[in-house]
This record gives sequence, C-alpha cells and structure tokens, in this order.
Amino acid sequence: MTLTPDQAALDQWYVLGALRDFPSGKTRSTRLLGGDIAVTRRDDGIEVVGEGRALPVRTNYDHLWTTFGTPARDLFSLPEAAEPDRRWIHCGGVHVRASGLRLIENFLDLAHFPYVHTDILGSEEKPEVAKYEVEQRRDVDELWATKCEFFQPKAAAASDEGQISQYMYRVVSPFNVMLYKTPPTAPNRWDVIALFVHPLDEIESVAHPFMLVIDDTSSDAEIIQFQQMIFLQDKIVLENQRPLLLPLQPGRETPTRADLSSVLYRRWLKEKALTFGTEPRTDLA
Amino acid sequence: MARSRVPTLPKLYDYVLSDACYKVRLLLSLLGVPYTSVAVDFFPGREPEGEAFRRINPEGDLPVLEDDGVVLRDAQAILVHLARKHDANWLPPGNRWLDFAGADMAALSQARLVSLLGLPGDLATLRKAGRRALRDLEDHIGDRQIAGFDWVETDRATIADIGLFPHVALSHDAGIGLEDYPALNLWQRRVRKLPRFVGMPGIPDYF
Repeated sequence: MTLTPDQAALDQWYVLGALRDFPSGKTRSTRLLGGDIAVTRRDDGIEVVGEGRALPVRTNYDHLWTTFGTPARDLFSLPEAAEPDRRWIHCGGVHVRASGLRLIENFLDLAHFPYVHTDILGSEEKPEVAKYEVEQRRDVDELWATKCEFFQPKAAAASDEGQISQYMYRVVSPFNVMLYKTPPTAPNRWDVIALFVHPLDEIESVAHPFMLVIDDTSSDAEIIQFQQMIFLQDKIVLENQRPLLLPLQPGRETPTRADLSSVLYRRWLKEKALTFGTEPRTDLA
Repeated sequence: MARSRVPTLPKLYDYVLSDACYKVRLLLSLLGVPYTSVAVDFFPGREPEGEAFRRINPEGDLPVLEDDGVVLRDAQAILVHLARKHDANWLPPGNRWLDFAGADMAALSQARLVSLLGLPGDLATLRKAGRRALRDLEDHIGDRQIAGFDWVETDRATIADIGLFPHVALSHDAGIGLEDYPALNLWQRRVRKLPRFVGMPGIPDYF
C-alpha cells in the first residue's frame, strides 16, 4: 500500500508509539497512512523520515508524534499531564486488523459494555445507556460527550465492588480520543484513559492505550493487565465488524439514541472530508 | 503442641494475555481449585526478563506456580502437577499430545506475539509452522472422531486437551482462521462446554 492521498488525513498528528519504544542509536521502520516511516533515536534527539523527507516531530506526553501534512493546530492539550500525583501508565501497542476509525468509535460506545465486557464494564441485567449530551467545540475542534453514566461491576483494576461510573469522552482528532472516568478510589476527580491510534494503513492499526490515573492500590502490572484484557475483548469484535471500513454513507448503518457520540463523530469526519479508513460512498456526485 | 496449619492457596504468576498462563487458569477453574494470582507485566514492561523475576524463574518466562512450597515452571509441567494432585482423571494415558502442546504449538504462540504485540520474529515462517501444527492436530482429531472418540488422548478430556486448546482458540490472534480445520472447530466447542470452563480475552465465553 502507498501513502494515502487524503489531505484531511495527512493534515493530522499521529502517534508512532511510546518514546521508550524507540531505543537510542537504533532505527525502527513502520508505516503510517500506508506510507513508509523510519524513526531514528539519537542522544541529541529523534528523527522521523517519511517517504524520503524529514517530518515534524513532537514528544509530548511520553509519546512520539508526527505528521505528513500541515495540521491546522498543534498537538492537543492534556492538562492532566501536569498534575503531579497522577501515574502515567503505558499499556503497550496492540495490533488490530481494523480501520483506526472503527477503534475510535468502539472506544466511544457505552452500549457494548454489558455484552463484550460482561461483568466487568457492564452487566447484562443493566444494559441501558442513559441519556447523555454531545457537543462539537468549534474553538478547539474537539468533540465532547458528557454526563454519561453506566453501572459497572468492575470499573477499574482497583474496584472491589460495582459502581455507577461517570464518564466524559473527548475526541481531540480523528485518531485520538480520551475518556474521563470517576476512579474507584477518588470519586471527586477524573481518571484519564487515552486511546492513541496509529493507522498503519486503512485496515490495520496499532492501538496505544495510555492512562493518567489516580490509584494508590493497584500495581502497574495490574492496571496494564486490566486495560489489555478490556482491549483484547474489543479486538475480537473490531476485527469481525463488517464493513471493514467505516461507512459514512447514510443508511449503511442505523444508529440508535445510545449512538449519539458516534453520529457526531461521523458527521465531524464528513465535515473534515476525511476519507482514509472510510468506505467509498456511492451517494455523492 | 499442635501447630495450626494455615492452608496457603497456590499462587500463579500470571499475564492475562498469555496463552500458557491461560492453560493453568483454565485447568484451575475446571478442577475448582481456588488460587491467588500476581499480575506480571509481560508486555510492554518485559518484566519476566528482568533480574527480579529471574529470581523466581531463571528462564524468565511465564507461567510460574507456587504450590506446596514448590515452584513450578512450564505450563505443561504445571498441568501435570495439578492433575496429579487434584484429580488423576485429567492425566492422559500418553504424553504425545501434551508434548505437542508445549513443543509444536510454540510457533503459533510466537506468531501470536509478533502479530498481536509487534514483538520481533519472522511472522511468515512462524505462521507456516503454526499451520502445520494445526493440520497435524486436525488430522489426529479427525481420525479420533471416526474411531468414536471426542478427545485427543482417550475417551475423556485430559490435560492434553487443555494444553492444546488455547493455541487453537487464539489462532485468530496470529492471523490464522479456523475455516480449514472442521475437526478442530467441533473439538474446541466440546472444550468450551466443559463444566466450569472459563475464557480469556480473545476467547469469548459465548460461542
């Protein structure tokens, strides 16, 4: 596969991995949006070469970011990264044979919790998705879903019992999303769970879950395993979803009230005229 | 003076995505044996290879089971220990397919780590060896079915079935579908129907 010609996709920041995935003195090859990438870490910095030219580099939040194009904004802000009592947890990149957009959309979905993460993030006895609110914040070009609530038998690694979790979702770019969630141990604050998606090509992605959490009781290994367990439960669904590419054409998939965030997400992608990872449309001139 | 003896539960050093750890979790569940587990950061932390973990297992590998004051390494050895201790009906009459689970299935295990977690390895070669192992098992189980047996070693499920099952059920993680292995599909459904069966991420309880 070759680099996508989709300008809307090119003009975004993409994660290539956690910084520690790139040891000093070594060059690592990967792909991004179908194009070839070489990352070289030296003592004095990090170089990303894509399709034969040096690309912009960012190293915020312990991750390596780049772009083939000219993003309208610099990398998103993550104010919680400045809070000293948060633990930074890298959950490791997991390969998924699916469109990166499908990964983001799955991350936004509350309704699947009781069925895919049974007795962990949801319970089949309480499958209802309560009404929540969505908005497009045009000043920062982000999507937010707020006032989300869900009963969770085991909301996090540190949970002893079920809780009604409060959620907020924040989509900062087409391939980067985070959720804010009440931690079992500090109900007046928000845990941050981010999903940074590195799209190798249209149908293969690497997902990098990253957490900024308040948790005094669980070990890193416990938190990582909890997150990986959840993500691997999603992976099997993601890889079997059809169509493989995200359909943006009206009528191809029918949303319900619970899918409000997905409806907004797809509308936002259309507004950006992003086509990479989406199903070709036949309803447009 | 009589000493009161507090029974200690077996302790499993565990990684949730490991096929080998899952063999042990599955047998513990089938046997109804309670245990405690310690989460080990196999990925991305590579904790088993570190100095601290090598004091527990010099091989730097998972799973490890501490039971009765003994430290057991290697999934197949742990399965034998648990079956001997709790229910000898789970012991197979021969070792062929338990050995196969540890040796021939290793390629599938490796292919899965490369494909899923991006660990280093030659995916094409590993997949080829993995398909060969699945084919051998498919042929064997097909023959067994024709002879009227449901399980790999005898007329009941044994630890040989348990040692093999995770590799078959997780083959999709290595990018290998089971469409071409009808006998394996039927057999893995039988495993899933065993009382107290538990799945793992990638092996849903529903099927």
